[in-house]
Amino acid sequence: MNAAARHVLIILFGLGLLGFLLWGMTGLSPFGQYPGPYGDVLNSVATAERHTLNVVTAINFDYRGFDTLGEEFILFASVAGALLLMRHEQTEQEEACEPHATREPIVGIIDPGASDLTRASAFVFIAAILVFGCYIVLTGHLGVGGGFQGGVILSSAWLLVFLAYGSKPFRQWSNQSALEWFEAAGAGGYALIGCFALFVGGNFLKNVLPLGQTGHLLSSGTIFPISCAVGVEVAAGFVLLYEEFFRALEREQPLRRP
Amino acid sequence: MSFQLFQVLTLSMVAVSGTAVVLTRNPKRQVFVAAIYGLLQSILFYALHSPDVALSEIAVGAVALPALTLATLAKLEKSK
Amino acid sequence: MKFLPYAIAAWLFVIGLYGLATSRHLVHLILCLTVVQSSTYLVLLAIGFRNMPAQAPIFTDVPPGSPAVDPIVHSLTLTDIVVGATVNALLLSLTLNIWRKHRSIDPEKLSAFPR
Repeated sequence: MNAAARHVLIILFGLGLLGFLLWGMTGLSPFGQYPGPYGDVLNSVATAERHTLNVVTAINFDYRGFDTLGEEFILFASVAGALLLMRHEQTEQEEACEPHATREPIVGIIDPGASDLTRASAFVFIAAILVFGCYIVLTGHLGVGGGFQGGVILSSAWLLVFLAYGSKPFRQWSNQSALEWFEAAGAGGYALIGCFALFVGGNFLKNVLPLGQTGHLLSSGTIFPISCAVGVEVAAGFVLLYEEFFRALEREQPLRRP
Repeated sequence: MSFQLFQVLTLSMVAVSGTAVVLTRNPKRQVFVAAIYGLLQSILFYALHSPDVALSEIAVGAVALPALTLATLAKLEKSK
Repeated sequence: MKFLPYAIAAWLFVIGLYGLATSRHLVHLILCLTVVQSSTYLVLLAIGFRNMPAQAPIFTDVPPGSPAVDPIVHSLTLTDIVVGATVNALLLSLTLNIWRKHRSIDPEKLSAFPR
């Protein structure tokens, strides 16, 4: 089938699908009039039952905690798959290349001689991003935030290291085996907290730690440790991905023989 | 009333930039259009009263996804 | 206005599908997939929305029990966004693999069957 026929076919099918979807949408309740009972039930009982102020975090890590465990393992599996595929190329190249030659490092994106301002301001921003990311992870149950958002924000600090300073400092700050330990600790930590509930006599992932006082940092039982574990795992996963992609870029640099 | 106008405005901007992402055929330019699309989406999520989702989308759509995509494109270009 | 978000989500889905089917570059295809994914987020959030005076389901400054939008769809969407980014990273590494093996990233030239 040539390209023109495919274009015509997808346009026809697309218009048909659009009509079908719009017809189906008329069966939904109108925008702005949410009818269903579950959201209202959760909004009214979550703060009293779990001593948390952020109902979305309570749903993520407590009421629907098993769901989030599955999603976290999807993240773990995709990171593992991406790393497996990227490292395949490294093995191939290592077998073909001389063993003691290293590659030229990638310097920062702007010529280093003219960019002291970039590196100085990046230093300030990296510190600010790390602090902000930790704040978002730690206060997930007290306000807007949580493990997933904070983890991605934390990983962008490493990205700024690569962009402003180059690949050599980035490699010094992202040791692969340490990052793999952190990622595994985050993913396994979530499951272990669930198993801890089994040992204490409840169901898997039941909230068995003391609930504390609403509004304090150490409150809401298992939601706080689970949120921290997820934050560590997401941050480590994303930094591993960046590290592997930038290492693939470095393999295209010219060789530097000793 | 003005909040409804804000919602209609952000919805239409999201629709326009979504179409722009698809119709930009050159991947190097498409990455930046996709980053702007992520930013407009996060404003839309704020207009729908969901700050958690907006925070997620800013961090992912404007930082993580363009970084990985640009690294892939640079690798494809360099290993020609 | 009563069905505008749903219509825009349907439009995003269809235009993303059009981009997927007529793409000539695998990275362009992955970014069109991102558009399709985002249409589902819009549908979920629009279903759970409630008009003013309902606010976000976070009770830091307001007393618990004040009207709020549905929190369940927020939790679904927010894990979905982060996991979707990782799956896109997996697709990008698959693209690099395809490039190394076949030296072409045009979906029309790649084929499972030898020509």
